[in-house]
Amino acid sequence: MDDLLKVTPLCGRHEAAKALVAPFGGWNMPIQYDGIIAEHAWCRAKAALFDICHMGEFLFEGDFAAGGLEDVFTFSVATIPVGRSRYGFLLNENGGIVDDLIVFRLADDKAMIVVNAATAPNDFAVINDRLTGGVFTDISAGTGKLDIQGPLSRDVMVAAFGAEVAAIPYFRFTTMNLLGVEAIVSRTGYTGELGYEIFIPSHKVVDLWDLLLQDERVKPAGLGARDVLRLEVGYSLYGSDIDEATTPLEAGLEGFVDLAKNFVGKEALLHQKEQRVGRRKVAFEVNSRRSPRHHYELCFGGEGVGLVTSGVFSPMLGRGIGLGFVRPDLATVGTPLTIIHERVSMEATVCELPFYRGGSLRS
Amino acid sequence: MSIYFTKEHEWVKIKEGIAAVGISEHAAHELGDITFVELPAMGKVVKQFDMLGAIESVKAASDIYSPVSGKVVKVNEALNDAPEIVNESAEDAGWLAWVEIADEAELKSLMTREQYDEYLKTV
Repeated sequence: MDDLLKVTPLCGRHEAAKALVAPFGGWNMPIQYDGIIAEHAWCRAKAALFDICHMGEFLFEGDFAAGGLEDVFTFSVATIPVGRSRYGFLLNENGGIVDDLIVFRLADDKAMIVVNAATAPNDFAVINDRLTGGVFTDISAGTGKLDIQGPLSRDVMVAAFGAEVAAIPYFRFTTMNLLGVEAIVSRTGYTGELGYEIFIPSHKVVDLWDLLLQDERVKPAGLGARDVLRLEVGYSLYGSDIDEATTPLEAGLEGFVDLAKNFVGKEALLHQKEQRVGRRKVAFEVNSRRSPRHHYELCFGGEGVGLVTSGVFSPMLGRGIGLGFVRPDLATVGTPLTIIHERVSMEATVCELPFYRGGSLRS
Repeated sequence: MSIYFTKEHEWVKIKEGIAAVGISEHAAHELGDITFVELPAMGKVVKQFDMLGAIESVKAASDIYSPVSGKVVKVNEALNDAPEIVNESAEDAGWLAWVEIADEAELKSLMTREQYDEYLKTV
């Protein structure tokens, strides 16, 4: 094992479960336990438990406007009601996506920012540079995170921690006592299923993991299944579908950008909007079980028009699905695309998102 | 019936001049959940170690090479709708194709089960 890779408090549990472990974003993470397809199916039908301790968490305390936090992201932090969270972006001056993230409004003068693992150190530096006041802290090391996702996850959480959990609506959270410590239980996730993201002090993560797995409706799932699940509902993966060279307008994520407020990168986005984007994200379904993969070429009329950024075999659709970027004039539903990689060629059609619509997300 | 293996983890079983071809249990396990099998065309003539087909899993795509020269006389069409059979039974029900064998002398360049097991310890 690479000594430079970080491990979560659960690495012993993953080893005991004989999980396949591999590097992800600078961390040694579980990719699969029983198998990606089986774990995917369990999440869609029951409740799957994911070790997401690698993700970064920052805390801002102070006045959002005076401290400069209000102008850091593509959305307003000050207008998030306490107890709710909001998804959006940290951009560079060119409008490129430094990271996608969620801000949790903990109190009038307190917000938690949850970011991707690989980008966390740079995110912290970038945000810190833009702040003019307040207290900004990286709390990642002391913060554990488990995601429980699947149609039975509410029942599991209620059985473990009481009816309080059942009252949390989508994209809201509550702070409650779990295992004798204060934890945040948030009705959010990355699978398209009903589920919760739980933030708990890292020294309690192993206990929480063991407790939830005592419920026979719960099984662990790795990052392999997580990737299939997120792509079936069309969520972008940072580093694959979006990056510093991609703007939210190109990525079809302008819904998470509030152009009525100030933020770094806004001028570039306004300019790009006026000039029109040079490429645009599309979702496509393959007409067979073949899987498109990252960096396969997208062709139209025999001509290369873009690249696949994410691709996978979708167990729910029984065919290959993917995301990629093409010339804007081709980014319309129904456009036929040919996906080429070496001698492999597959036919695909541009479609709407999400690919899979049967999830329990809002149930 | 003898079974022979290639370094690329294909197996071949010979019976009355016909070679059944598949991938080893080791290969199926390494690939993980298999989601698509590209079978050769019926009647295709292949040389030993030429590409015969391909297998895709959630994790990877890999080509399958023919352990022997010959003509494809049968393909396992059940794999079109249920490629997971390869995971469940790689060295039996998960066969990919039958090849009418051109030259049995080619088997000498393959490994026996014992040799393959030893080989797996080195890869």
